[in-house]
Amino acid sequence: MIKVNGRDAEWEEDLTVEKLLEKNKYTFPKIYVKINDELVPQHEYAIRIIMDEDDIKVIHLMAGG
Amino acid sequence: MMNVKDLKEKHKLLTEYSYELGKVDKGYTNRTLYINLSENKIQAKSVTQMMKDKFIGGKGFGLWYLWNAVTPKTKWNDLENQIVIAGGPICGITQYPGAGKSLICTISPLTGIPIDSNVGGYFGPLLKFSGWDALELQGKAEKDVIIYIDGNKGTVKIEEAPLEAIDGHVLGEQLTEMYADSEEDKRNVAVVTAGTAAENTLIGLLNFTFYDVRRKVARLKQAGRGGIGTVFRDKKIKALVVKYKGVKGDLNNPVDQPMINKTGIKLHKEICKLDEKQNNMRKIGTANIIEVMNQYDLLPTHNFKYGSHPDAYKIASTVFIEKYITQGMADGCWYGCSMACAKAADRFQLKTGPYRGHLVTVDGPEYENAAGLGSNCGIFDPEAILELNFYCDTYAVDTISFGTLTAFVMECYENGIINKKITDGLELNFGNAEAALELLHQMSRGEGFGKIAGQGVHRMKKIFAEEYGADPDFLFDIGMEQKGLEYSEYLSKESLAQQGGYGLTNKGPQHDEAWLIFMDMVNNQIPTFEDKAEALHYFPMFRTWFGLYGLCKLPWNDIAPEDNALTDEPAKIPEHVQNYVDICNGVTGKNIDKHELIRESERVYNFQRVFNIRMGKGLRIHDKTPYRSMGPVTVEEYESRQERYDNQLEELAGYNPAEKLTQEKIALLRRYRENQFGKLTDAVYDRRGWTKEGVPTIEHLKKIGMDLPEVIEVVKQYL
Repeated sequence: MIKVNGRDAEWEEDLTVEKLLEKNKYTFPKIYVKINDELVPQHEYAIRIIMDEDDIKVIHLMAGG
Repeated sequence: MMNVKDLKEKHKLLTEYSYELGKVDKGYTNRTLYINLSENKIQAKSVTQMMKDKFIGGKGFGLWYLWNAVTPKTKWNDLENQIVIAGGPICGITQYPGAGKSLICTISPLTGIPIDSNVGGYFGPLLKFSGWDALELQGKAEKDVIIYIDGNKGTVKIEEAPLEAIDGHVLGEQLTEMYADSEEDKRNVAVVTAGTAAENTLIGLLNFTFYDVRRKVARLKQAGRGGIGTVFRDKKIKALVVKYKGVKGDLNNPVDQPMINKTGIKLHKEICKLDEKQNNMRKIGTANIIEVMNQYDLLPTHNFKYGSHPDAYKIASTVFIEKYITQGMADGCWYGCSMACAKAADRFQLKTGPYRGHLVTVDGPEYENAAGLGSNCGIFDPEAILELNFYCDTYAVDTISFGTLTAFVMECYENGIINKKITDGLELNFGNAEAALELLHQMSRGEGFGKIAGQGVHRMKKIFAEEYGADPDFLFDIGMEQKGLEYSEYLSKESLAQQGGYGLTNKGPQHDEAWLIFMDMVNNQIPTFEDKAEALHYFPMFRTWFGLYGLCKLPWNDIAPEDNALTDEPAKIPEHVQNYVDICNGVTGKNIDKHELIRESERVYNFQRVFNIRMGKGLRIHDKTPYRSMGPVTVEEYESRQERYDNQLEELAGYNPAEKLTQEKIALLRRYRENQFGKLTDAVYDRRGWTKEGVPTIEHLKKIGMDLPEVIEVVKQYL
């Protein structure tokens, strides 16, 4: 089990940041991702593996209006 | 089109006023222009230090003048109601993107309280460079007039103008042609118009032009919300024209031009480098989020029932970019805006209405247009959206109100609340673009069901209940208006904070105070009531500030620095906040910081709240919102997202949804969500320094420096 934005989510083997974003349909371009409070550079999304019990923050900057 | 010389020959001069040309000092001309149309009186007023200290400019000046002009009994169409147009002390700089905004205030025909609406185009900056920090319009003319301000000669004229068109795109062109000395001179002319539907509805808007030298077209930007165009036509104003030749970068006479240049260059570079990777504002403007909203279940469809639709791909931003919106143009609505989001579809051929067959430039679509005129009405045809967009603008109909009220009418039609007999034959089912267009044409002609629909959702609810026997409770639940203003186009059901972002506002449910859906619903960054209340304090105050200084909100957070994620408060875009502090101090010579920035807004924000109370509509009861903004009203809505709602009932509200009928679950969820909204309201009022009934306390007003005797006098009655 991992946390995504403070909510429980299923963990799976070989889960990358990119896969997690796809799975959650997080398609907004102004996103940044932190794993256990460490910022993940965008160019690492495809290779950065998420471990079980990681705490992930997928922060969408505001849009609208 | 008639020859403009023929049109001008028929003008009859009613009065002329000459003034000494002024000079802008640190962003202020220190005087404002007052025009009374009943008396043909024109005079200058001095801007006092108190006005600058407490109200800053822009919307602040507008609200202050309006307060002094009206009484608690004033209605929108009374002689004393004013339209006030003001930029603000930063308005008109050309080094920082988004610095040419005008703010318009009046008593709204829809809400009966002050409305404020911001708009681009050249009028606000040229008004200031012509010598005026604000323009007050009061009284009513006997016949249609044009007010012409020549900022180089120092004259103001009121002229009867019987022959010009009323519709915005024609009148904008006619007057640009009429008052410019040459093609080159057209960029120095800015026109404000309404349109034919503003005379027949309560949702009239104002068009502000800027002359597009590449397209050779007078482009139209809209002060859309709240029916200001309706007040404009009620005063028999056909147009305002200002002409000023000589715009250059330092006309505000700022105290620190290098600081402003440096700050501007920094943002230009950021936009140039990052916009394509972020919001694509330079390609498609605010419409970049159509598909994003759909993916996050936030795009209103079918009168806010749902947040997504399988056909939404047909109106995605990419469709508009590839097929309709001219690319590679410098689409800034004021000089120096490299964000350039004022997009347009050129040579668009109209299929309906009085301009059928014409090839026109359509200003848009903005996101709100695509969502309101499109998905919310079940219309997924990009050409229908552009055509509705065009006609709304030229007829002077607020696209947001039109979209939301048409969606409401469509739901009523599909529920049998109204029928073809009532709609004069219009089959107003969701998705019927032809019927939506005809409804709009009826508003222009002042005919048929268009006249009823043009009164807005609030009044329609009453008519449908009293005359057609509709259930008023159901209409309250699905009629997406509050305080009389139609909701703008985001689904707030799953974000309690955004329910407050709409409901706990001054002018009504417009998202320009706070857009918190991602922070709240997706990021889960503001989980507690206190967190949400803090956001509903900070963001409305921060965004109010743009309207005091003549600034656009978009360059604040529709672009973000590369290292923004590393800052302590990424949601606020701290580097951009500091940019605003720097350009403010650079123009005015003040020494504010990011905290004083918020305090400046708090004064005006609380003043507006008290103004609402003074007009009889600023208390807790008036912040009640339609249930559809909070949750599912109908069985089909609930069942469309049953898993989500069932889970919430179980996990959040503590009910077991198993074996319960959908109607029972709707009722249980409603009880839970309304209770949550009540708690949110308590927390927000407390954070804002208001009582449980929503009244600013005297202590708070003193603390923030908005303790003018007349303000205290109003609140005292409620404490």
